[in-house]
Amino acid sequence: MVESKHSWKAWIYLAPAIVLLLIFTVWPIINTLRMAFLEGYSTMGAVGGATYEFGIGNFKQVLEYKDFLTCLGNTMLLCVLTVPISTILALLIAVCLNAIKPLQRLLQTIFFLPYVTNSIAIGMVFAAMFNMVGSAFGGENELIITAGIINNVLGFFGMDPVNWINAGSSYGANMVVMVVYIVWNALPFKILILLGGLQSINKQYYDAAKVDGTSRRRVFTRITVPLLSPMLAYVVITDFIGGFKEYSSIVGIFGEDMGPTGDPRRLNTMVGFIYDALANHQGRASAAALILFGIIFVVTLINLYVSKKKTHY
Amino acid sequence: MKVELQNLTKIFPSRNKKAGGEVVAVNDFTFTIPDGKLIGLLGPSGCGKSTTLYMISGLQKPSGGKIFFGDDDVTELAAEDRGVGLVFQNYALYPHMTVKQNILFPLQNLKGADKLPKDVMLERAYEAAKLVQIDELMDRKPSELSGGQQQRVAIARALVKMPKVLLLDEPLSNLDARLRLQTREEIRRIQKETGITTIFVTHDQEEAMSISDLIVVMKLGVVQQIGKPQDVYDNPTNLFVAKFLGTPPVNVFEGSVKGGKLYIGDAAVLETPGVDDQDVFVGIRPEGFILDNNGPLTCKLNSVEVMGRDVSVVSTHSASLNPVVRSIIDADNQVAAGATVSYSLKPHKVFLFGKADESRIYFGVKSDG
Ligand SMILES: Nc1ncnc2c1ncn2[C@@H]1O[C@H](COP(=O)(O)OP(=O)(O)OP(=O)(O)O)[C@@H](O)[C@H]1O
Ligand SMILES: [Mg+2]
Repeated sequence: MVESKHSWKAWIYLAPAIVLLLIFTVWPIINTLRMAFLEGYSTMGAVGGATYEFGIGNFKQVLEYKDFLTCLGNTMLLCVLTVPISTILALLIAVCLNAIKPLQRLLQTIFFLPYVTNSIAIGMVFAAMFNMVGSAFGGENELIITAGIINNVLGFFGMDPVNWINAGSSYGANMVVMVVYIVWNALPFKILILLGGLQSINKQYYDAAKVDGTSRRRVFTRITVPLLSPMLAYVVITDFIGGFKEYSSIVGIFGEDMGPTGDPRRLNTMVGFIYDALANHQGRASAAALILFGIIFVVTLINLYVSKKKTHY
Repeated sequence: MKVELQNLTKIFPSRNKKAGGEVVAVNDFTFTIPDGKLIGLLGPSGCGKSTTLYMISGLQKPSGGKIFFGDDDVTELAAEDRGVGLVFQNYALYPHMTVKQNILFPLQNLKGADKLPKDVMLERAYEAAKLVQIDELMDRKPSELSGGQQQRVAIARALVKMPKVLLLDEPLSNLDARLRLQTREEIRRIQKETGITTIFVTHDQEEAMSISDLIVVMKLGVVQQIGKPQDVYDNPTNLFVAKFLGTPPVNVFEGSVKGGKLYIGDAAVLETPGVDDQDVFVGIRPEGFILDNNGPLTCKLNSVEVMGRDVSVVSTHSASLNPVVRSIIDADNQVAAGATVSYSLKPHKVFLFGKADESRIYFGVKSDG
């Protein structure tokens, strides 16, 4: 082994990475902890020479903030809706893709495209698609003129246009848009992982299932899904973690107001809450960040526990 | 149930056009497997054994020819509907299911009128497990089993639905020598007990010879010979079959026939009445040599290996196509120490093959042979 004699060399090689990690990862984490437990901490104040006492006031403040519950609720709702929908869709698409032989590469690339596209840009496109021009400025009796492609399609089928994201839109409509957008955004990565998983399943299991006279549906539920379960678990766990950090997708569609015109912050999320506090109340932002960390931690533990029971490895 | 193969052919198209060369994996295979027999399908790697099996099971579509189960043409029938049991070369047990679930799986797939109540399924699963002696292991996962145990689970899974035909693809290839012997006897026993028509693929001639009712020897997709193991061993139709069967292998010499006599080197070693003058390959089984100081075939003596009842004499001869000439003789015969050893030959253990197509040339064996 190389250990003893030249271990200093290894340290030198690692040093740049370690220094960067210390500065940009370890120190911020420590600093977050420190700020969270100093009552009413603010950086400006600290620079100005103010001292802060140790305490859990920041946490209390966060929990008492009525906006916090909105943010937590939005975040949870988005997670609970988007993770299962996107996972099931991705699984179906991956299975179909895997079954197609011609053009498989091309289709794979097409399905992967959203992954390499900036999510804010995609958000703006979605915003345009769901848009409804005229409603914000229309008077009581004025006809509503739609511009977004979605409302055009709805109109084509003889349905009334829906105010998806503009002023006066309902919370439900907003949520539908967000769910569609987040699911669509999450698909490529999941399809990629699941397709890889599918392709690594030994073909002989399928041959064996055929000889055993298995129907297609049972092949899917009794062979494919269980053999894919480690990948499914991975995808669900990472998606939950990502879901709790949802922020930029909402910015992409609703802008930094985090809500339709006239009702800002309605769709605010946990990360949005942290950003809002960050400007002046770094102590409170840190406390919220730690709370978010705690929630993700617990949810991930539950996920791991469940997946250990359900996956076959 | 009898299984009938008519002109069965499988051609794999070439992968890229430029390189060309489609593969004829199985070529014009015609054979009727009698009901309730165990057939050993034998041949070197890549000769089309697995492909034949997959076509019978329905996993691969024949390029030509027909398959009958009994009187039913099943050529176009999907694998799901054929009701065959197949044990894969590497078992293909479902890794996420326990042994019990694996064995139950084919039963749970039954639909409509064939559907069984739960307790009957369990009963049948345990029956199958008992037959292969794994009923103690029902709650283990395949990864917690030894190779031999996995193989038996695979057999139980294939047997549990009481298939009309049981197909085994080199089921013993992953086992160690002892377990192999034991398991092949077990397969024979199970086959006899159940009376299921069975096709057993192997490239181990000894394995095939020891348990099969009939063996089929294949080479490059073409059937070389079909028959009872002993008949094929005693009467190979060509040099390939002669070389493929038997341990130690047959000794092959360059020889020639002149005036009704077989010459190896300069020595006339055997009378071969009725054979035209020509160059030939001569195959002599190891047990076809008789120690005889005045015998016509003289070899350079290398060593004598005593193997209990028998003695194996290792020698060399300039006309031999094998590196050494190996004879097996009774241990009662003393091999005189010396530079050479001489033999006379048992005519019915000597085979002549044509130089051109390596097919058998028969000669009248004198009655004293
Ligand atoms: N899917 C395929 N595509 C193209 N060629 C194939 C395919 N499957 C098999 N072959 C070819 O067909 C021939 C017969 O293959 P097969 O698997 O039947 O051999 P085998 O007798 O079972 O050999 P082994 O003892 O090594 O298992 C081989 O030359 C092989 O390369
Ligand atoms: Mg094979």
